[in-house]
This record gives sequence, structure tokens and C-alpha cells, in this order.
Amino acid sequence: MNDAVLRSNAYSQPDAKGRFGEFGGLYVPETLMPLVLELNEAWQVARNDPAFWSEYHSLLKFFVGRPSPLYFAERLTEHFGGAKIYFKREELNHTGAHKINNCIGQVLMAKRMGRTRIIAETGAGQHGVASATVCARFDLPCIVYMGALDVERQKPNVFRMKLLGTEVVPVINGNGTLKDAMNEALRDWVTNVHDTYYMIGTAAGMHPYPEMVREFQTVIGKETRQQILELEGRLPDAVIAAVGGGSNAIGMFHPFIDDESVKIVGVEAAGHGLDVYNGHAASLNGGRPGVLHGNRTYLLQDDDGQILEGHSISAGLDYPGIGPEHAYLFDIGRAKYVTATDQDALEAFALTSKLEGIIPALESSHAIARVGDLAKEVGKGGIVVLNLSGRGDKDIFTVAKAMGETMGGM
Amino acid sequence: MPVSRIDTRFADLKAQNKGAFVAYIMAGDPDLETSFELLKGLPAAGADLIELGFPFSDPMAEGPTIQRAAERSLKNGTKIKDVFELVRRFREIDQDTPIILMGYMNPVESRGYANWAASMREVGADGLIVVDCPPEEADGLTDALDTEDLALIRLATPTSDDNRLQTLVRRTRGFIYYVSVAGVTGVKEADANAIAAPVSRVREAGGLPVAVGFGIRTPERAAEVARVADAAVVGSALVEEIKNSLPQLTDVKTKVLEKAANLAHAVHTAR
Repeated sequence: MNDAVLRSNAYSQPDAKGRFGEFGGLYVPETLMPLVLELNEAWQVARNDPAFWSEYHSLLKFFVGRPSPLYFAERLTEHFGGAKIYFKREELNHTGAHKINNCIGQVLMAKRMGRTRIIAETGAGQHGVASATVCARFDLPCIVYMGALDVERQKPNVFRMKLLGTEVVPVINGNGTLKDAMNEALRDWVTNVHDTYYMIGTAAGMHPYPEMVREFQTVIGKETRQQILELEGRLPDAVIAAVGGGSNAIGMFHPFIDDESVKIVGVEAAGHGLDVYNGHAASLNGGRPGVLHGNRTYLLQDDDGQILEGHSISAGLDYPGIGPEHAYLFDIGRAKYVTATDQDALEAFALTSKLEGIIPALESSHAIARVGDLAKEVGKGGIVVLNLSGRGDKDIFTVAKAMGETMGGM
Repeated sequence: MPVSRIDTRFADLKAQNKGAFVAYIMAGDPDLETSFELLKGLPAAGADLIELGFPFSDPMAEGPTIQRAAERSLKNGTKIKDVFELVRRFREIDQDTPIILMGYMNPVESRGYANWAASMREVGADGLIVVDCPPEEADGLTDALDTEDLALIRLATPTSDDNRLQTLVRRTRGFIYYVSVAGVTGVKEADANAIAAPVSRVREAGGLPVAVGFGIRTPERAAEVARVADAAVVGSALVEEIKNSLPQLTDVKTKVLEKAANLAHAVHTAR
């Protein structure tokens, strides 16, 4: 297919009602509707305001440290013996993950809207830390809801948030993971409608969040395009990223959707295995469409529509839903979604640490676990870009425990 | 019959210049037989309408009391088909008290709109409240309910301005539920003085009776609400009585129905 044809069919999702095909939308309690509609209006104005983006890019450059490098992972490439593997080094951002890109954008939205109190949910703690960071920088009080189980498995990030002046509220409802933290954040929002801005951490939830968060994360894919053209003189053959809610992945994928020559691969968390009931967090490969947390998307649920907790060793992927745009890309077949188990991710974590001198986040390790297959499929002479969305320091306790090693301290 | 069962009930009470007392319980909390016993007893205790919650794993607009009720119900294995079965059994003994199902979108989506509406009609439920389904997303569901002559009951809130009210009242039937506090169920207390003006705004916009709920815990407050609104809804305060009777369910029926009777009396004698 030639480029002209592709361009005339340029992808433009979501529609004005926040729909990506049949996914997305805004399913929220009526109390929140005026707020969500007001946020959408403010966002539609901001996105067309050059001054907004100029402040955003300035903060990304001087506060976050962008652009992040595109790095040739030479030894991992040799190890797999296929296409060249590049890492988009989002783990080098301030606070150690891609999450800060979104928080910078959203804190500017909160300021524009005159909100004086920020709430957020977090799973792995990376979004919590990024939220706490921008709130410190902009002098706004911040409350982060975090599942009690996640508080336990991500202690370094909990301490970081506290240092930054944020109040971390452990959520004991449900299984004490990301979905429960999101419920609690929504309950806070519905109770404090007059002054509170909800800083959602991924490209999911009610319209306009999936679109807005995507736009704050596409800086990843846009930089990648430019960098790979400089380094290789052409676009990559494939891009790959781990998918929980899916913000790092959509940030990488979105700028390549119209380039049909570029394969797009998302990696879901298969936990204990896709065949283990309620033992994985692969919403696309092991779930079906439904409505949760403001949007219609693929969900892990039982026959009665009750949401399953799911499982992943990675707190950031341990969520029973997925951003609605991924549900759409999955349904139309533009992106392919594969899976990696806890064990696969742990092996990739160890391999990357040893071969590349980079300790990747357990989330990103899921993508690394499948990048070898992709590099072989693309073959020698090809180029694959992997979004290394976060660094793994926060995960060392979890990994040590899985390896049967004990660590003192935290 | 279904929507008209709601209309008839409100018309009858209006003719007597009485407010309606609406009692909420969660189906299957803590088990289905207890729910059935309570359903059976509520009309005699003075409940004019019954809201029957169907449990959802992630009830994002509920306070701790109703959250725990949903957890107890699900832990005991309640399925949506069991909720419908409760209504069917209730209808065998009571043909006049409207039953409104209340819950969240995903169980409805999972069953399918048409199937859900047909099941409601078949067992004799009259209306449906879906907390996380605003008008913007409700067309398909409203079509399915209209086909079966069932009411989709909308929530208006303190954040609904006049403009929003116009959107809210479109295609709503039976009554409108005014959420008296910005917040989750059963936590903040409703201020009866502050609700008079919004209740009449909502009534005028919709041309339907207005039920007030989310922050009514005592007979005094219920009476105050009944003076300005067409109905007072009490949920968390009743569900707390179920919780208080655990683990042995000691006197659960007496405790819940006594509380309901006190609230109903206050509502019925308020004007």
C-alpha cells in the first residue's frame, strides 16, 4: 500500500463522544458528569493553545530531561540474533519512568482549571511518585491512593512519595491493588468535586482521559520517529511495549499507526499463565468487553459481569482493564497483543541487567521477554524499537523474593 | 403494569398528601433467604417502594456500608439470576409495591440490554437505576427498557445545573432520584434546608416525583426530607442493621424492619 492512500485514511480516534470504535465513552456517576465535561472543554481549548504546549515542552526539557535517548541494545541484539533492537530510554526520565510526561501535562491542566487539590491512584507507585513530584514542583497538595498490597511490594516508592510531601492512603478494599485504588480515588473525587483534580495515571478511564493522556505520552513515539530517522535513515519495522492500562504503549504506538510498514506489538501480563483462572492480567487475550472505571473496554470478568482481580508480579500491570484505544487497535487488528508470564518477565529482567547494564522495571521486562521473538520474526537487517518505560530499582525487593534471596532493610 | 406501578404508587400517596418511604437493601446481603424475608416484611413496615441493589465488585459511588454489603453478597455467591429470582418470589406475594433495581453498568452490559430488560419484565421489576450510566451512554439501555415498559430512573445531583437537568430528564420515567450530597452513599448527611430549592427545580424540569437519597439516616431527617420531596430513600442506615446482626444474624428481621417502620412512620406523618 502506498503512502498517499494511507495518509488519506489517516487514523483519527476518538470521536467527539470519546469513542474509539465501540470502546471508551464516559460511564461515570452523575455527580462527576459536569466535572468531566468541564475537563473535556478545558482540554479541547488547551490542546489548541500553543502557549500550553510551549510550557509543557519546556518542563519536559528542563525538569524531566527530555528527549530521552534512543539506544542501540547491542548485546541483547546479538543474544537474540535477529533484527537490531533499540531501547527508547524512558527509564532515564526524572522519576524513572514515562509517567512524568503525563503528570506534567495534567498538572498544567489542573492549574488552568484553578483546581487546588490533586488526587491520583497508583499501582507500582511510578505514577504516584510522578504525581507527587509535579505537585511538589507546583505547590499543590496531593493525595495518592494505593492498594495495601502494592504499598507492601513497592515500599521505596511509598517513601519517595512521602518525601515529596504527598499523603499516601493505603486501600484495603478488594485485593488491595490498582483497581481498588482507582475506586477509592473516584470516591474521593465524587466527594470533593468543588476543588479537586483527578490525575489519572494511564490512558484509560472516562473521556477525555484516554485521549488526553495519550497526547501527553505521544512525545515518546514522536521522538522515536525522529531519532530512528537520524540514526538509521528509516522507520523501524516494529515497535513493542508492555501494556497494563497502556499509556507507555499508546505513547509509543500512536505516532506509527498510519505507517502500515511498522508492526505494532503490545505485551500483556500473563501472570501465572493465561490458562490459570484469575491468575493473569491479560484483558485482551483473556477478557471480554465491559464497562469499568468510566470506559467501555476489555475486562477480566466472570460470567456475571463481576470484575476479577487478576494477577501479575508487576504491580503496574496488575489491573483488570486496558485503555480503550488498545481495545480498538486489538479489534481492528492494527496492533497485535501477545503475553509474557511472571517467569518470562523475571528472566528478561535478569538478562537485561546482565547484558545491557540496565535494570528494567518489571513492567518493561514483559516487553523485553517478547522482543526476542519479534526481532527474529523481523529478521536480520530489520529494526525493532522497545519502549523501556521504567527503571527497575523499585522492583528489586520483589525480584529478590522471587529469586529466593532475602534482602535486609526495607 | 411496570412503570404504571410506580406512577400509581406516587399518585396514591399524593392524593393522601403523604411522602413515600423508599427502602434500599442489597440483594444477597448477607444471603438470599435473609433478603427475601426482608423484602417480604418491608411493605408491612411501611416501605412504599423498594430499591433492591444488585451487587457489583467495584461499586465506585458507594460508601463503606454498601461496599461491605456487596462484598458479603458476592462472597456468598449471589448471581444476577438470583436477584431476579428474589423479585419473582416477592411479586408472587405483593403485586403493588414497585421494585427498583439499583447497581452498576457492567452486570447489565454482561447480560445484554435486551436480555436484562426482558428478565426484569418477566419477574416483575419496575425500574432500574444504573449509577455509572449517564444520559450520554444510556440510549441503548433506555430503548431496551422502553420496549418492556420499564423505567430508567435518572440521578440528579448538587452538581446538576439547569442546563444539565434538561439533559437528565430526557427519557426518564417513574421518578427522578435526587442525590442530596456530593459524595458516596451513607457518609455525609443531607441538609434538609439546602435541598428544598434543588428538589423543586428537579421536579419542575422533569415533571415527575422526586425522591431524595444518599444522606438520610434518622427518622427526623427523613421527615424533613418528606416535607419538601416526594420520597425519602434510606439505604445505608438499614444495611447497617444487617451488619450489626452479624455473624449469627441475630434478630436481623426485627432490627431492620423496626428501623424501616420508624423511618416510614416519620415520612408518612411529616406533612
